[in-house]
Amino acid sequence: MSESAAKVKGAPPVEVHDLTVSYQNKPVLWDVDFELPEGKLIAVVGPNGAGKSTLIKTIMGLIDPVSGHSLIYGRPLEQMRKKIAYVPQRETVDWNFPVSVFDVVLMGRYAHLSLFKRPKKHDKELAMEALEKVGMAEFADRQISQLSGGQQQRVFLARALAQDAEIYFMDEPFAGVDASTEDHILLLLKELRNHGRTVVVVHHDLQTVSGYFDWVMLLNLRLVALGPMETTFTKENLQKAYGGRLNILSQVIELSRKEDFIREPGHE
Amino acid sequence: MSTFWIILTACLASSACALVGSFLVLRKQAMLGDAISHAVLPGIAIAFLLTASRNTFPMLIGAGAFGLLTVYLTEKLQLRGRLMNDASMGIVFTTLFAIGVIIITMFASQVDLDQECILYGEIAYVPWDLWIFNGMNMGPRPVWILGFVLMLNLLFIVSCYKELKIYAFDRQLAVSMGIPIMLIHYGLMGSVSFSTIAAFESVGAILVVALIVVPPATAYLLTRRLSHLLMLAVFFGILSSISGYYLAYWTNSSIAGAIAVMTGVYFGLALFFSPVDGILAKKYRRKQNTGKGPYEGPGLELRTKQTINI
Amino acid sequence: MSELFTDFFLLQDPNVRWVLAGTILLGLSAGALGCFAVLRERALVGDAVAHAVLPGVCLAFIFTGDKDPLALLIGSVIFGWISLVVMDFIIRNSKISADTSIGMVLSVFFGLGVVLLTYIQSSGNVNQSGLDAFLFGNAASMLPEDVMLFGFVSLMVLVVIIAMYKELKLVSFDSSYAKVIGYPLKRMEFLIATLLVVTITAGLQAVGVVLMASMLIIPAAAARYWTDSLRVMLFVAAFVGGISAISGSFVSYAAPSMPTGPWMVVSAAFIFTLSFFFAPARGETRKWIKRLNQKQKIRRENILKTLYGLNEADGKEEKVRTLQEIIKKRRMEKKTLKRGLSELEKSGMIEHYRGRPDGFVLTETGRVEARRIVRLHRLWELYLTEKLEIAGDHVHDDAESMEHVITPEIEAQLLKILENPESDPHDEKIPY
Ligand SMILES: Nc1ncnc2c1ncn2[C@@H]1O[C@H](COP(=O)(O)OP(=O)(O)OP(=O)(O)O)[C@@H](O)[C@H]1O
Ligand SMILES: [Mg+2]
Repeated sequence: MSESAAKVKGAPPVEVHDLTVSYQNKPVLWDVDFELPEGKLIAVVGPNGAGKSTLIKTIMGLIDPVSGHSLIYGRPLEQMRKKIAYVPQRETVDWNFPVSVFDVVLMGRYAHLSLFKRPKKHDKELAMEALEKVGMAEFADRQISQLSGGQQQRVFLARALAQDAEIYFMDEPFAGVDASTEDHILLLLKELRNHGRTVVVVHHDLQTVSGYFDWVMLLNLRLVALGPMETTFTKENLQKAYGGRLNILSQVIELSRKEDFIREPGHE
Repeated sequence: MSTFWIILTACLASSACALVGSFLVLRKQAMLGDAISHAVLPGIAIAFLLTASRNTFPMLIGAGAFGLLTVYLTEKLQLRGRLMNDASMGIVFTTLFAIGVIIITMFASQVDLDQECILYGEIAYVPWDLWIFNGMNMGPRPVWILGFVLMLNLLFIVSCYKELKIYAFDRQLAVSMGIPIMLIHYGLMGSVSFSTIAAFESVGAILVVALIVVPPATAYLLTRRLSHLLMLAVFFGILSSISGYYLAYWTNSSIAGAIAVMTGVYFGLALFFSPVDGILAKKYRRKQNTGKGPYEGPGLELRTKQTINI
Repeated sequence: MSELFTDFFLLQDPNVRWVLAGTILLGLSAGALGCFAVLRERALVGDAVAHAVLPGVCLAFIFTGDKDPLALLIGSVIFGWISLVVMDFIIRNSKISADTSIGMVLSVFFGLGVVLLTYIQSSGNVNQSGLDAFLFGNAASMLPEDVMLFGFVSLMVLVVIIAMYKELKLVSFDSSYAKVIGYPLKRMEFLIATLLVVTITAGLQAVGVVLMASMLIIPAAAARYWTDSLRVMLFVAAFVGGISAISGSFVSYAAPSMPTGPWMVVSAAFIFTLSFFFAPARGETRKWIKRLNQKQKIRRENILKTLYGLNEADGKEEKVRTLQEIIKKRRMEKKTLKRGLSELEKSGMIEHYRGRPDGFVLTETGRVEARRIVRLHRLWELYLTEKLEIAGDHVHDDAESMEHVITPEIEAQLLKILENPESDPHDEKIPY
């Protein structure tokens, strides 16, 4: 992990260009193109299978796109890894792994440590602070399988907080948590935003979207709409994201998959 | 004196294997140890053929190359060939092993490696396999080799501890943080290959698997901390080596086999009596059911478990 | 060499007859049974069981003091069973994962086997020589009574697989569904496990514990490339197993120092490699061929489109277009362009004028086809901009590839929802 490069002046925190992503030739994101504003709490909304998680994973460099690219503060991801943190939708970790809650949170600091470097006292303090923020300090020494699902979620949130990033991607942090935890997490997100961080959250509860977030991105295979809540979170846009079946597009996509179609760069 | 050398060799081999084996067990890739320990055979045989001697350095290189080749081919076959991981692994390592056996029988006169040595190793002859350096007797050669490999493993684990931990625990996070995951992966696989080949000479292809898998699995049942797990795994490896030696001495049988049996015995004990995760401890806690024990509510039992019927 | 061949295949030598019969039956049953193991993702369990029967073999020898094949069979079946039970017990009762459990059982049981084997060897029983044939297999040393017993066992396994095909299929595909519809799941699992243990045991003398698993895995994996039907897969796998057995036996007949087992494995692996590359159903070559065809199709269609574009630009439909003109309009390799042009000429889409200027003209069919492609391109661009609100400068690349896959049905739908448009987002006319 090289010293992270400086932001490009005036560049948005996240910009995505012409992104097409597919799994085994089946495109799940289609020509997505946008820029996100800085210091906003942004909801990503769309039906199941819309490609929300895929979008975030692609931006995080966990999936290679078929075409297109994304930039973080105007630079490629590799140079800006330290500036972004990610909380996945479903943790794919081995819950029986011999690590304590505190160890997991401390891993958030690894992004700032170069190869061979050990976490320092400062890192440990930051990790503990993050655990306190999510109200899990008393569980610091527990092995992670000894937590409930909601508690585990909070630990991974703490890990992202410990990373002390500028951009946060959180894939459904509110799924399966009780009402008071939800409030608590929301407070944390707002605090991050108030410190100028950009927070992108996949959210499924349409009732609460407008109350919780500043901006909204509607996604379904393609980008349906992106903008401030008041102007963008409209019935019409929701209809487009949820209702309008993309019959032809899906058919064509399916065909190109069956034909094992390789996209070739266009000439001319 | 010969007892000392044999036990020392066994302890060094089991420590080296336990260290790297811990990460394989944690990554649920224990069978990769089995695969590598078989697949290095052609590498050893070819090194033998080319150098016409039991020269350690070429053998390490040959084995390392074939170990990595196994990992690579398994992964490629799984991806390109649309095969399950275990099937692709099974194809690769059994084929390589068969090729190794064929090379050895084909050049039986040049390759001084018999089939029994492949399977049970020659630990009993260690005291006579001396390293003469500049006319000086430096002690048994395998001790030096195993000591060297153990040092390499220790160096690797200590210097890349945090990377290894995150690689084993949460690959996704590691990738998203830009940790050089492939480097760590192939580094570990290289270490496994080196440990395998170094231990192979002494304990044979299959019993290496016992050293790689069983002590870490035993430790896994006894602790919830990675650093303790590594230490306990080494401890059980050494304990099995010593008690295995005496079991073999007492029954007049193969030392390597007896060491493997002892690793199994300790695992059995841990499986039932571990205070952390033992079957009896869990039963007891269930009976008590006062909620003092570790959390056993939702989130713990919900996670599905694989089972085996063929 | 040819003499060896005829001697071997005419089965002159009674010994050859026995060995061949035994190994072929083994190859057939292991190949067929292996399909279930591989499809259920249990390939390496077979490996563990094969190693774990060694103590059974040794104990049977210790008790009977003899290499009585039936006793050895019983001993190893018992230990095969114990190993399965232990693996399952560990997984069910601890947080140990399946593959760790497999690795442990494999190595510890094998260690016990080695202890017993060396104990027997050191006890100096004269009968013990040849017990280590179980490690690597030694088909040549099989006696007629061994072959009869193990061959019979293999045959029984085959019979059971055929008789219970339907049940085995359902249980291995979806065991919970099998349970729901009232199959005796426990008994079926027991049956499959027994078949596995028995097959492995029967194969030990020929192939040896170390390589036995490969006779389960490799033929089945090779068969997978030839078919999508389980029934066919079983036959192909059995066939591959049988062929491997024959070639392994032949090699060790021709060169007696050569072990049968490893050569069987290498033969199977060779067939696997061939299947991987050349099997018509799922092999690699098929993928290559498909890709190649597709590439050619795209190339042809692009050339047609280019010719159309040239005509559209100056409105001269009959004008002869030279190579240079085409390349100027659409960058491509001269060689590929020529190849594409000759393909088009053959299919009657264009005509080649060898006069001056030397060049090409679209025929009537070619013009229809070219219009179709250009139409699809522009319709798709229009669909993306109008209906999906994708910016106009983003849609070209997409249309560039989709024009080659859109079917007439989809075209009809596009025309309908776009209401038979006149021109595309870049104000170019949509040709009908
Ligand atoms: N690893 C994968 N392999 C193949 N297809 C996948 C994979 N992951 C996701 N998909 C497919 O890609 C599509 C988009 O998935 P994604 O997880 O991005 O959806 P999502 O919007 O996050 O849905 P949800 O609201 O359910 O979380 C789905 O149709 C899904 O089936
Ligand atoms: Mg999702």
